[in-house]
Amino acid sequence: MKKLINKAEDVVREELEGIELAHPDLVKVSYDPAYIVRADAPIKGKVGLVSGGGSGHEPMHGGFVGKGMLDAACPGAVFTSPTPDQMLEATKAVDGGAGVLHIVKNYTGDIMNFEMAADLARGEGIEVESVVVDDDVAVKDSTWTAGRRGVGLTVLMEKIVGAAAEEGRSLKECADLARKVNGQGRSMGMALTSCTVPHVGKPSFDLPEDEMEIGIGIHGEPGRTRMKVEPADKVTEMLLTPVVEDLPFKAGDEVLLFVNSMGGTPLIELYIIYRKAVHMLKEKGIKVTRHLIGPYITSLEMAGTSITLLKLDEDLTKLWDAPVKTAGIRWGI
Amino acid sequence: MAISRDDVVTWIKNYAQVINENNEMLTDLDREIGDADHGANMNRGFKAVMTKLPASEDKDIGTVLKSVAMTLLSTVGGAGGPLYSTIFMEAGKVIGPKMEIGLADWYTALQAAATGVANRGKALPNDKTMLDALYPAVDALKRAVDENLPIPEALQVSAEAAHAGMLATIPLVAHKGRASYLGERSAGHQDPGATSTFLLLDTAAKAWADC
Repeated sequence: MKKLINKAEDVVREELEGIELAHPDLVKVSYDPAYIVRADAPIKGKVGLVSGGGSGHEPMHGGFVGKGMLDAACPGAVFTSPTPDQMLEATKAVDGGAGVLHIVKNYTGDIMNFEMAADLARGEGIEVESVVVDDDVAVKDSTWTAGRRGVGLTVLMEKIVGAAAEEGRSLKECADLARKVNGQGRSMGMALTSCTVPHVGKPSFDLPEDEMEIGIGIHGEPGRTRMKVEPADKVTEMLLTPVVEDLPFKAGDEVLLFVNSMGGTPLIELYIIYRKAVHMLKEKGIKVTRHLIGPYITSLEMAGTSITLLKLDEDLTKLWDAPVKTAGIRWGI
Repeated sequence: MAISRDDVVTWIKNYAQVINENNEMLTDLDREIGDADHGANMNRGFKAVMTKLPASEDKDIGTVLKSVAMTLLSTVGGAGGPLYSTIFMEAGKVIGPKMEIGLADWYTALQAAATGVANRGKALPNDKTMLDALYPAVDALKRAVDENLPIPEALQVSAEAAHAGMLATIPLVAHKGRASYLGERSAGHQDPGATSTFLLLDTAAKAWADC
């Protein structure tokens, strides 16, 4: 294992120390239990937005804490759900009296820990709603699996619902909006290489030099198929076609196209994929009116990409364009 | 004749040691069908348990178990954190402020633990989870209680049943947790959660062999 770390067990804490030093204008950091919270939290009368998950997906979620996005983020160990005590303290720290919304990615551990945290917070008199993100079309949505994973759409949901909370919408309105976003967004990802969790020291899975995994999850969970590496245009088709067909996205739709890097794939390659995706969507009569391109929900150093499509309307577009100021995403301010 | 508070503390300490020794094996099993962190997560949790145990090890059994539960809840994370925390919490609630327990107490505690895990994780038998080791162990204990077996023998039978249940997860297709994403590809691999659960009960049988 070759990594720019000190000790494996110190990775998350030292990352938090760096974030605290870099962004004192945006966030405050609590170490025990660990969470990142907006510097001006709690904001009286505003719905608090809390998310969290395993570390290793940076900038998600900690890099999305700030004005117009999340109020707090709970980082777990690398690729491991955070714990209920972190979520409870973060929830208390952002409760401005208008209730708190938990945005939870659909993984067994995240669901259980957030459920326990929501119970504890309600026990302390805080109104809590939870919304689950499950946008990964690579996984069959059936009672025989843990259900679809929450992936790229999480970033878009946190931005859009963050803007809604910022403009003063109620807890119920924010939760309904989050469910609406989840209902009209879909994603799929792929990997060219594996990644190594620092405290494990070995690659999470083996992927031969000339092969790729289509339908990968953000923790290196296997997807639909493993095959020989194909050119970027072919890979883009393999990701975008199932995404478009699943919702389905139709001619006349206006969409946000999000081309994400899994961490190791450079922007030059993301733009090649973006170009092909726009061409494909144009042929189908689907208009890309907003986009996001870059590493926003990563899997450590994994090379690979994911494509997310979100069907937009006037309200969602306005909320997407609204000012945001976080370490990971900022515009309009 | 009975399992004392000190025996319970020994069991927990021994299990922390067993987890430390099997850290890599559990993580390797998890690499096959999960996300390669079960051993690491459990080891982090039980190291924390070892640090915090001295604060409660002179209390009653229920208090000891509940404090282990709270430590695991705040240190393990993932799905294993809430699930293992539930085992110790439910067992602690059932046993309550006792300084020693008999076989029937242990059976009701383990049964409550299994019910708690099922409620938290919403898994069914044969979903390829820790319950596939836990349920057979509880059933075997029930029979041992009915037959009035001595404690060491009863625990041995219970651990053997957990072992058989653990091995029986190999051909199963996972329906819960990250392994379920693999579908048919999850068959042919032993479930890491069932494995750490077998180790928990096996450690009890060994720690309480003279009770």
